[in-house]
Amino acid sequence: MLRKSLVSLLAASTLMMAADKLNGAGATFPAPLYYDWAYTYEKTTGTKVNYQSIGSGGGIKQVKSRIVDFGASDEPLQSDVLKKDKLMQFPAAIGSIVVVYNIPGIKDNEIKLKNEIVGDIFLGKITKWNDPKIKADNPNVNLPDKEITVVHRSDGSGTTFNFTYYLSEVNKEWKEKVGTGKAVDWPVGLGGKGNEGVTNYVKQTPFSIGYVEQAYKRQNNLSGATVTTASGKWVEATEDNAKASAKYAKWSKDGDFYQILALQPGDNSYPIVAGTFILLPEEKADMNKDVVKFFDNSFKNGDKSAIELGYIPLPEETKNLIRSYWKDKGIY
Amino acid sequence: MKYMMDTLFENLTRFLALLVLVVLVAVFVVLYNNAEPAIEKYGLSFVTNEKWAPNMNIFGGFPAILGSVLSTLIAMLLATPIAIGIAIFLSEIAPAKLKTSFGVSIELLAAIPSVIYGMWGLFYFAPVVREIFGGNGIGLLTGGFILAVMIFPFIAAITRDSMNTTPDILKESAYALGATKWDVIKDVVIPYAKAGVIGSVILALGRAIGETMAVTFVIGNVHQIPSLITDATTSIPVTLANEFNEAESKLHYASLFYLALLLFAISFIVIAFAKFYFLRKVRKAK
Repeated sequence: MLRKSLVSLLAASTLMMAADKLNGAGATFPAPLYYDWAYTYEKTTGTKVNYQSIGSGGGIKQVKSRIVDFGASDEPLQSDVLKKDKLMQFPAAIGSIVVVYNIPGIKDNEIKLKNEIVGDIFLGKITKWNDPKIKADNPNVNLPDKEITVVHRSDGSGTTFNFTYYLSEVNKEWKEKVGTGKAVDWPVGLGGKGNEGVTNYVKQTPFSIGYVEQAYKRQNNLSGATVTTASGKWVEATEDNAKASAKYAKWSKDGDFYQILALQPGDNSYPIVAGTFILLPEEKADMNKDVVKFFDNSFKNGDKSAIELGYIPLPEETKNLIRSYWKDKGIY
Repeated sequence: MKYMMDTLFENLTRFLALLVLVVLVAVFVVLYNNAEPAIEKYGLSFVTNEKWAPNMNIFGGFPAILGSVLSTLIAMLLATPIAIGIAIFLSEIAPAKLKTSFGVSIELLAAIPSVIYGMWGLFYFAPVVREIFGGNGIGLLTGGFILAVMIFPFIAAITRDSMNTTPDILKESAYALGATKWDVIKDVVIPYAKAGVIGSVILALGRAIGETMAVTFVIGNVHQIPSLITDATTSIPVTLANEFNEAESKLHYASLFYLALLLFAISFIVIAFAKFYFLRKVRKAK
């Protein structure tokens, strides 16, 4: 409680200085991207954007209690929830979640896992790498006779929300037993804190499998599995395949851009993609204008770094839709 | 004038001492108030419920409580004999030169921040445990090991200090009666230093049961009852560190506070019991 009031005191004192500093907090999933955007923005405009990667749940909580200027979440909120807490919402980028593994001697994309099999592994039904079900799709890979160590998130997480949403859609048993959520009762495995924690555990544990955001996979040279599209075709977690998936997103201002992007149709659509969202407190018009300026600037100049980091920038028409949403709300 | 200063000073110290009680009560009140929805819903069955599924709004504290107790137990069992061995060597056996250099390194070990032990544990200790004990190297045993490494310098340093307070005249008299070194250590030094040894073990216990960061790195962070000693599990402080920021539903939040309240109660009971039972025994013996 004391900490909370201290934080809000700090936030209040920075509020008075207004435009030269913006405070945001939330999802770890887009954090590398926001850091990059903030760095460029400060260099070009002198305005500092301070983003704390504390997790989607934390971001929602902090913007609800008005501690930060903007919150970030990978789990979009429905319009009625937004209305209740007087919040606005728009997407900032799209990312993909990769099923990563650490099997000594087996490289990136060498292992193919059908979506349903991914579910069986995370359920603990498939316990060894040389299980006939995995072997059937990987006849030429020398799969070891070793126990699979499942690694998942130990904290509440938007990445987990999107991943468990995907598992619930592709695996019936998962849906019945575990379900979708930012934190679930994992049937098996180890829990790492944050995308970083899962990355570390996977790197440290031979024969493990986990799920992380694409940027973390790239920066740490993890190996990712080839999975299947909604219609069952093999698909790798590449930029093009994630883009193909993003194309199908039907964004709309009416639902405050509420949209879960997993399992889009199309032959090359990578199945586990997710939008990442920004939440703004409705009543702080001046501050919102400053925040919107930052994102508008990043939409204009930040696509290149988004791609480099492994994210998919929003398509131009989506950006324009967001701009008109801002205009409707009187903050652009 | 002097008289007034005296009363002033007396009252000041009394006030400072009262602060301890105020803080204790304040902590309890806040924990209890925030935990109330969970206490109302689950009552004491929270302690024995095994399932923890935030997305279904089901919360049971048994795995976390068990993990706390077991990891602390492993740590104490490993650390106490090692630490007492070190202390005996340093106070009775080591030559003066070694005494200082060993003594300083022990104190240095005790001063290392816990997060460093956690990182070292994950990158160095986990693979070693995996090689020797099987499993995946991350779990209850590694957590217990790391805790043991963290607390043994603590116990060793205090035990050594209290052994050093044994009056030489006692030891010399024992030697004069024909006692060997072993006899002196066993029958003079250890009984004399007993209170200090037990005190240091109690303090270390307090540190181990509340340790968060180092354990978070290596315990595996899952709400499950370990069936093997190498299995992943969680502990109360680890659960709080992992989930507090993200707890959105009221019941989740309250359940975390309930866990905190239980941790508060457990450490309070353990320390109170240890203090009253062991230390009283020691004092009586004297």
